[in-house]
Amino acid sequence: MTKISHNKKPIRLSTVVDHAILVIGALVMLFPVYLALTTTSHDNITLSREGLKFGFGDQMSVNFYTAMFEKGGFTEQINGTKMLINSLILGVGFAIGKIVLSMAAAYAIVYFRLRFATFAFWVIFTTILLPLEVRILPSYEVVTGLGMANTYAGLIVPLLASATGTFFFRQFFLSVPEELVEAARIDGAGPGKFFIDILVPLSRTMIAAIFIIMFVYGWNQYLWPTLITTDESLFTLVRGIKQITQSVYEGNTIPEYGQAWALAIIAMLPPVLIVIFFQSWFVKGLVESEK
Amino acid sequence: MKRAAFSQPLMPVALLLPQLVIIAVFFYWPAWEAIYSSFFLQDPFGFGSNFVGADNYTRLAKSSEYAKVAGFTVFFTVIVTVLSLGTALLLAVKADKVIRGAKTYRTLLMWVYAIAPPVAGFLGALLFDQNIGPITDLFAFFGYNLQIGLNYNDTAFAMIVVSVWKQIPVNFIFLLSGLQSIPVAVREAALIDNKSGTRRFWDITFPLLAPTAFFLLITNITYALFDTFGVIDIMVKGNPASNPITLVYKVYTDGFRGGDLGGSSAQSVVLMVLVLALTIMQFRMLERRIHYT
Repeated sequence: MTKISHNKKPIRLSTVVDHAILVIGALVMLFPVYLALTTTSHDNITLSREGLKFGFGDQMSVNFYTAMFEKGGFTEQINGTKMLINSLILGVGFAIGKIVLSMAAAYAIVYFRLRFATFAFWVIFTTILLPLEVRILPSYEVVTGLGMANTYAGLIVPLLASATGTFFFRQFFLSVPEELVEAARIDGAGPGKFFIDILVPLSRTMIAAIFIIMFVYGWNQYLWPTLITTDESLFTLVRGIKQITQSVYEGNTIPEYGQAWALAIIAMLPPVLIVIFFQSWFVKGLVESEK
Repeated sequence: MKRAAFSQPLMPVALLLPQLVIIAVFFYWPAWEAIYSSFFLQDPFGFGSNFVGADNYTRLAKSSEYAKVAGFTVFFTVIVTVLSLGTALLLAVKADKVIRGAKTYRTLLMWVYAIAPPVAGFLGALLFDQNIGPITDLFAFFGYNLQIGLNYNDTAFAMIVVSVWKQIPVNFIFLLSGLQSIPVAVREAALIDNKSGTRRFWDITFPLLAPTAFFLLITNITYALFDTFGVIDIMVKGNPASNPITLVYKVYTDGFRGGDLGGSSAQSVVLMVLVLALTIMQFRMLERRIHYT
């Protein structure tokens, strides 16, 4: 790197170009969401008459209040707050389920003398070959057949049938020095004690990283919730986007842009904030888990 | 497995069981059902189904509509992959180079990762809105009437823009971390040997980045094939017949709207084979990477 004593040199043209490219990139990323935000601050008639506005109006609190606390509009039965709660249940439930299942499985595969360990590994491994999207119809039929349609379990558990987390923890456990488990055994610690007192504390950062990735993944699920939850009281925010689009683009009345975008903003906010505030964990989790 | 492993016989079984049961019920069973029902034709009145052999597959192979969707999927995948990887590479190289504000740029260029594809699609629907969208206004200013949801090519254009926008952050994160993992000694040696920044990039940086780039190539293909479902579902606005769709979207419309279980399952199986091929490619490449280092 050329970080060595540039202090006295005048600003170079290439540096200006570099910054210009990055600023343009950042603006392109921000612009659509900024526009969505300004849209929430105007009333519907103004928007449909005059088009989107680049400045803020004074309707923001009204639009957010209606979207979050009043029933009706896009869905008959629930308001934004209930959808937010459902989204949190899906995001947190999925992340915790993923961590518990995959840590247990990875622990069994890495730390035990187990005859069918290789077989179990391959059974789990195969799941990365087929994403949910390509087996969506039969998955829907199986889950409906089990009576799990329109339940939180039916929403969350089928999404857990994948290998990603297990790989992540397997890789990490393999990198933990062998001496630790040897020392623990000499001291008389059993597998349960070793796991809770040594391995879990060692994995703290890894758990945090994978929690963030999985929370965002769960929160952002769309196709599966669209199929499996037809009962409005189970709608998540991202699932609700479909209803919102239909009412904005297929209805005959003046579209409720303000409320629609208030809900869409709420649908983006938690995962975006988490990714920004826990950036280093998030990047670590993402880059490590894909190795 | 560790050398000093525990030898309790039942505990590992208990630990593995929940994961294995969930995978058996919600992965292997549906996957088997998809393969099985691809050889049957559903009775239109719901009276069971008949074994038809490979008929569903030959029907697919002959269908001009399927060929059209497959053609669009290939086009869409190539364009989205090339544009999002290219843009992300440019941004990552610059973000790696600048000294001031590096962290701020990194945050500003990666946060869109957290936005769900259907929400991105909804943002696209806003920008390209027929009545109030600023991009539609911009095109109108140059005399072109952009009609999303009505004109096939216009919708395709908007879908590509949104899908690329949504995918840039992932590529950016991986490419930047790939660039930052290149040792300082290598960079300094390259700097002494070669003054030209462009030459340095293509001779030193790019080859060292190749494993990351290859991994991202597969990731992007998978993204364009599967994860763009949300973008497409929102942007076709309930009218997939006259709009561009991808193969995965067709599995969904044929199965859930058209009620063609056999045909939809056959399409699923075709996609399974495709994903299988991609994954094998990826792992062969990974193996080679391990041999290098």
